[in-house]
Amino acid sequence: MLKIINPGLSTSIQDLGRPGYFHLGIPMSGAMDRFALRAANMLVGNPEDAAGLEAVFMGPEIEFTQDAIVAVTGADLPAKIDGDIREPWTSFEVRKGQVLKFDYLKGGARAYIAISGGIATEPNLGSRATYPIGALGGIDGRALIAGDTVPVGDQGSTARAGRRIADDLRRGPGTPARLRVLPGLYWHRLTEAAGQGFFDDEWTVAAEADRMGYRFKGGRKLEFVEREQPFGAGADPSNIVDGCYSYGSIQVPGGTEPIVLHRDAVSGGGYFTLGAIISADMDLIGQLQPHTPVKFEKVDMPTALAARADRKAMLQRMRQELG
Amino acid sequence: MKTRYTNGGDEHIYVEMDDEMSLDAFFKSLSMSNAVREANIEGVTEICPANASFQVRFDPDVIHPDKMMEKVKELEHRAEDAEKRLTTRIVEIPVYYQDPWTHETLMRFRERHQDPTGTDLDYAARINGYDSAEDFIVAHHSQPWFVSMVGFVAGLPFLYQLVERDKQIQVPKYLSPRTDTPKQTVGYGGSFSCIYSVRGAGGYQMFGITPMPIYDPTQTTSYLKDFLVYFKPGDIVKWKPIDRAEYDEILAQVEANTYTPRTAEVDFDLDAWNADVAGTNAKLLEALDNA
Repeated sequence: MLKIINPGLSTSIQDLGRPGYFHLGIPMSGAMDRFALRAANMLVGNPEDAAGLEAVFMGPEIEFTQDAIVAVTGADLPAKIDGDIREPWTSFEVRKGQVLKFDYLKGGARAYIAISGGIATEPNLGSRATYPIGALGGIDGRALIAGDTVPVGDQGSTARAGRRIADDLRRGPGTPARLRVLPGLYWHRLTEAAGQGFFDDEWTVAAEADRMGYRFKGGRKLEFVEREQPFGAGADPSNIVDGCYSYGSIQVPGGTEPIVLHRDAVSGGGYFTLGAIISADMDLIGQLQPHTPVKFEKVDMPTALAARADRKAMLQRMRQELG
Repeated sequence: MKTRYTNGGDEHIYVEMDDEMSLDAFFKSLSMSNAVREANIEGVTEICPANASFQVRFDPDVIHPDKMMEKVKELEHRAEDAEKRLTTRIVEIPVYYQDPWTHETLMRFRERHQDPTGTDLDYAARINGYDSAEDFIVAHHSQPWFVSMVGFVAGLPFLYQLVERDKQIQVPKYLSPRTDTPKQTVGYGGSFSCIYSVRGAGGYQMFGITPMPIYDPTQTTSYLKDFLVYFKPGDIVKWKPIDRAEYDEILAQVEANTYTPRTAEVDFDLDAWNADVAGTNAKLLEALDNA
């Protein structure tokens, strides 16, 4: 069991998510950086879809009531046991009664903490991922608070300290972060100049950046192709008849600030979307701090699929190297 | 109506039946998304019908996006040939219009509204040509509505009014979304009514509130024990205006787990409805009255 002494800024229980209910407005949820959560689980000998903790910007303080193997991946948020730093992307031992703490964030935005055995809270609709709006998963559907006790499952036989993920497999965004976009959906609503400007301009992550969506600012306002608004769409040129939103799709209300929809996003709505971030780059968004410079890069489907295959190959190499 | 196919990144196919809202576009999107579901295409993980469009999510490691697109396009003729008929249920949803809770909330966010001096209902009544909020309320609840989409947040139904287009109520959303909306608020934006299933942000105008929960993650509410979401696309809704005493009475029943929503099974035929709106609606309401 884990005793939460201090929850940090916002630490939530997440696994790989809750697919299958999007048509009812229940988003997938799960880790924003799924690559990092998979890596953390592999390090401690868990199934890759086991539930761990996602800590945003600041680490929690956790007392262990049992021995465990732990690994921290994703953001560069140094873990400490009894004042000693533990290597990131490397499994380490925590003894019963010891307290896991963290130093200040040095890079990235979200750290993933896997504990051997995995977090064993009651799943809702097949997942332990926390979805606060719908009060599902986690503990009572919310982020952790001080005083929570978090159950942990039985650890696997392969859990051991000192396993390490090679440096070149520790995936994260560069500077400026490059996010690849496949134009589509309602792309035709933009003028050619606006479409070009979106890719030419440098954007920065705005303060409103969370599990629902990441907002960007700093680029030019997008202009729309003139039309009489269709019946039921609403008066603003950025409005459409409410439809589903793709995971990773980019909406631009009023044409001013693009928002990339992420794991806890609303499932649909009345804003046009100009395309979507390719699936391989969605993990990277979860590691962007506010004010980070970002370039959107236009790609085609073969490039998107090649990037997806690269990411998959990295995970495969990781599995092989960790044996 | 011209169907438009597009990709949403490498994991979604998005199909828009029409860029404007109509019952025809909704029916076509519902039958085509059903056809995709029945086709059991390997690699498909989610099928999400919306008002006049739908989305298919798939695993591109299992099926190439071009192949997926091809398979979805092949099903369009099935939707065109499908009978525009639906066996569904009509549900009575009690609504306390002009309630104190949405009123308090709309006053709190007045500076985000088109008309900071009035209420959402006064504004909606005026711009739709009604003499008073009371007349507008009658127009809102006198004819049935179709649940054309469930989404935005958990279990929230979008509803489209079953009246001729020139009688449709249209109301813009707030100028800037509110950060708060009471749970179970009956709202309005564009040509859609909705029920906010949970408390939270929202941009729709607020008309009233229902005492009847429509989303229950604890699955303790009597009629939500089997599944946590009440609505599905294709449900038909009749709003029933209630006063404070009735609101309190229903709320007490909900809390005692004795409340059962009034429902009736009905057949809806789009061609019959197009031919005789008033007659078809009267039959739907009669089925509910006899329930």
